[in-house]
Amino acid sequence: MSNEIEVSLYVLVLAVPLGLELVRRVSPLLHTPLMSLTNAISAISVVGAILIAGSGTAPTLSKVLGCVAVTCSTINIVAGFLITDRMLKMFRKKEGSK
Amino acid sequence: MTEAAGGVWQAAYIVAALSIVLSIKWLSSPVTARRGVFAGEFGLLFAIIGTLLRQEVLSYEWILVAMAVGAAIGAPLAYLMPMTAVPQLTALSHAFGAFAAALVGTAEYYREPATGFKMTALAIEIVLGYLTTTASVMAFGKLQEIIPTRPMTYRGQNVVNLSLFAFALALGGWMIYQPAPNWVFPAFVGLALLFGVLLIMPIGGGDMPTVIALLNSYAGAACCAMGFALENRLLIIAGAVNASSGFILSVIMCKAMNRSFTNVLFGAFGQVQAGAAAKTAAKPVKSATAEDAAQVLASARKVIIVPGYGMAVAQAQHKLRELTDALTKRGVDVEFAIHPVAGRMPGHMNVLLAEADIPYDRLHEMEDINPDFAEADVALVIGANDVVNPAARHDTTSPIYGMPILDVDKAQTVMVIKRSMNPGFAGIDNELYYMDRTLMLFGDAKSFVGEIVKALPAAG
Repeated sequence: MSNEIEVSLYVLVLAVPLGLELVRRVSPLLHTPLMSLTNAISAISVVGAILIAGSGTAPTLSKVLGCVAVTCSTINIVAGFLITDRMLKMFRKKEGSK
Repeated sequence: MTEAAGGVWQAAYIVAALSIVLSIKWLSSPVTARRGVFAGEFGLLFAIIGTLLRQEVLSYEWILVAMAVGAAIGAPLAYLMPMTAVPQLTALSHAFGAFAAALVGTAEYYREPATGFKMTALAIEIVLGYLTTTASVMAFGKLQEIIPTRPMTYRGQNVVNLSLFAFALALGGWMIYQPAPNWVFPAFVGLALLFGVLLIMPIGGGDMPTVIALLNSYAGAACCAMGFALENRLLIIAGAVNASSGFILSVIMCKAMNRSFTNVLFGAFGQVQAGAAAKTAAKPVKSATAEDAAQVLASARKVIIVPGYGMAVAQAQHKLRELTDALTKRGVDVEFAIHPVAGRMPGHMNVLLAEADIPYDRLHEMEDINPDFAEADVALVIGANDVVNPAARHDTTSPIYGMPILDVDKAQTVMVIKRSMNPGFAGIDNELYYMDRTLMLFGDAKSFVGEIVKALPAAG
């Protein structure tokens, strides 16, 4: 196993419990915003999409697929964050305090 | 690659990873939640800028055009959808995200066909990506009610699914072991797409909260696999955090229904319903008018409202807010009881009630509010069904036996607003409706609550 892969596996092993711990603490009140926020974050695949779309070595087919992927993940990012923010704006604690 | 340029994008990636982790941490409380969204946006922004600075990225024009198109589609989606459609929107957004991940995997395969470890990562990314895409589109269709929401089952369904899965696994293994003929990859993609459709077909509307959470988890896992294929650790971190987030939510949903994962995915909820419904159809129920209901509510001291998916369908949350205000003004204590799986996605009811300006400290989780039902004068059930069915407690033959429920039957009077006596999504009859202390209020939830509000001043 190469060193690169080994480090990546360590990262994975640490990131999974971190994610579980973080989400366990989120109150059920906010589960819907949590879902749409993580939905937006899963559009991190835009990174891979940009790397392919802008690559010098990729064949045209790959570049086209990469560009479509950039569009799709941008839809995901924009829709995910905007809807999360729209929802969170509505949560308020006391009556009368806007 | 020069040292300086390399340093810049790597630093940006580390900032991005940190922001993403903080963003979920801040979302844990309503006070800091909006800061969480900001951190998330910041993280994604840094990830994008960092990537654009990398030397591998040679041309920008098409990337920027693609992003502009994406933003132009995404923004109206988020602003034009009504709040009741949040589950559909999330499903649709998942479909786009997962499709992007799948396309990246495909593009990478055609850029540089691989075997061994990299192909393993690519295969996982592609399977999960395409499967989540079609599954999310199907979930969207069911939530939007374009596709029938009832579970669609046929004999031998699990056998068909499992053999397709085994076939896909074999093709994947082939590509990992050695470079495969040209037809193998498209066949692999086709199977993944088909599998996503088959996965959602047998799932009923009531199980959507679990499924949406699970799809979120798959999308995260696809990103994580992409991270291994492209040797990109930012993708691994964000993907893993995401995958575990979706996973834990679906576990919470399963627990709230006292069902296992396999039961949600392969269970046949549809089979028992016919017998149960026929058995009890002839029992009498007490129905009441809006004036009667207003009378009961006006003389109550403590009212607990139990909203369900029916409230969302009827868009009754604003009328409910008027009722809450009117009752509060009369000195009635009004609280809301939220079952973890009420609605079509985790936390769905909370969002709708927040939209109607009902303060979130009035909303209570099941464990916290259940002891209060015994002291409540009225439990008002609006569009909820299975989550208040006492059969879950004692009827071992009921499909929902063992599911934790809200103890509405312990209240002095139970009022149920319901369209008709048709059983709910799961098709299970509810003995709550036949109790002596239960008043059935037949009608559209929104207009009925409106009529109660109008009748209240006359109720003395």
